[in-house]
Amino acid sequence: MDESGHRRIRITRRTVLESGTVTAAFLLGGFPPFALSAEGSDAEAVTPVSVELRVNGQLHTLTLDPRTTLLDTLREHLALTGSKKGCDHGQCGACTVLLDGRRINSCLTLAAMHDGQDITTIEGIADGEKLDPLQAAFIEHDGFQCGYCTSGQICSAMGMLSESRAGAPSYVTENLAEAQPALTDAEIRERMSGNICRCAAYPNILAAIKQAAGAPT
Amino acid sequence: MKAFTYERANSLTEAAAALAKPGAKIIAGGTNLLDLMKLQVERPAHLVDINRIPLDKIEDTAEGGLRIGAMVRNSDLAADQRVRQRYGVLSRALLAGASAQLRNKATTGGNLLQRTRCYYFYDVTKPCNKRDPGSGCAALGGFNRIHAILGASDQCIAVNPSDMAVAMRALDAQVETVDANSMTRAIPIAEFHRLPRDTPQIETTLKRGEIITAVTLPPPPIGKQIYRKVRDRASYAFALVSVAAIVDAADGKVRSARLAFGGLAPKPWRVAPAEERLIGAPASEQTFDAVASDVLDGARGHGGNDFKITLTRRTLRAVLTEASLT
Repeated sequence: MDESGHRRIRITRRTVLESGTVTAAFLLGGFPPFALSAEGSDAEAVTPVSVELRVNGQLHTLTLDPRTTLLDTLREHLALTGSKKGCDHGQCGACTVLLDGRRINSCLTLAAMHDGQDITTIEGIADGEKLDPLQAAFIEHDGFQCGYCTSGQICSAMGMLSESRAGAPSYVTENLAEAQPALTDAEIRERMSGNICRCAAYPNILAAIKQAAGAPT
Repeated sequence: MKAFTYERANSLTEAAAALAKPGAKIIAGGTNLLDLMKLQVERPAHLVDINRIPLDKIEDTAEGGLRIGAMVRNSDLAADQRVRQRYGVLSRALLAGASAQLRNKATTGGNLLQRTRCYYFYDVTKPCNKRDPGSGCAALGGFNRIHAILGASDQCIAVNPSDMAVAMRALDAQVETVDANSMTRAIPIAEFHRLPRDTPQIETTLKRGEIITAVTLPPPPIGKQIYRKVRDRASYAFALVSVAAIVDAADGKVRSARLAFGGLAPKPWRVAPAEERLIGAPASEQTFDAVASDVLDGARGHGGNDFKITLTRRTLRAVLTEASLT
């Protein structure tokens, strides 16, 4: 891949379906990088921005259309397609990644806003071949059906567990003054409400997170 | 998304200068602005990113209150021990809003400026006086179950969606700003949001080029603090009705009360006569009903949202009953 942000992505039927034939044709023809990143179909003049992102520990220097969201940067420029585009409006949580260790919706932020920051995606969560306890627990408890929301669920759960360890309260915390609210089932459900699973694998997702919460990290 | 130029401001002076450019807009957390830009409801020509400006501190004030930097994230504000112990209503309101991911991004200043969730404001194929002044209001004769019953006009019946601002209204917060000439001022939150009248596109009393730098809270008032939010889902949904209450009651009598409402109006709603009626009054159902009538003075449904009148009455009764239990 070249670090100007244009990565060669193998064209499959799925790529064409997802990106639209026009974008796919640009990819094949090796058009300038901006054709890829411009979300709108309008051919307006664009002043590119330069961004340095550390994604899963690896530094990337990119030149982007300022409109490029962090999610599109990960998926289209860095070929990290683990983070999913569900609604693209911050409603479903499928695009959840960790920004300097905190969970955010990568669809509702611009890559340009994160120059010099650390991003962790689902691809960066395992330690080599060794799965993170959350990943292992999702498999053990069958915490998914179609799997589309799973990367977001796992990244979100990872952020949620560190918030909980830091003592953060939630809407259902009875006593706000308590320094370390216990992570009950109701607490986990409330804290994970930004991640929608349309297969409704919620009981198993809850079981997986509960197991991982008790596991050494 | 329409094309824009992007600029990172490293100081308030830089941000104020950049904001003078044509079509310039500030981006903080971006969770509301980018959502609207994707739909072309918002179309800034220039984005000024203020995420590098150090406005992310929560400090004690000399008066015994708190000064919250405009860039303090909603999650950090809700989790701050001082807020949890002294301003529980604010912590609860923040935690009642959005999702954890959004709260990690959304800022104090940005939350005050978030736009309405009226479906017709979001749908660029429909008339909307707020988005496109003079085009009409599709909500008036449309699907309006989430819309305002108080403070609306025949131009716009959209509600302000913020939970945080409702708690801040009950706490009598002040919004601190600075402009391009380095002039600062403090706006009482009661005067920060505007009613729509004939200009629903103008939502706040901020002047062009003015930037929010902080929100200050006076010392916490005496009394039990409650935030009750009624919505379509148990979590991650906007309020149909919400109540921020700070009530001091003992021996079956109310000594003082502050009540602010969300989901009812274009701005966080407070009614002085309702609060005055509670002073020295017995904590009874009869009192609470009379207080609800004060709050709902002038309330008008538009068909789909008629239920909000009854819902407000019942929610307020539940809150006041809980608040006066000792």
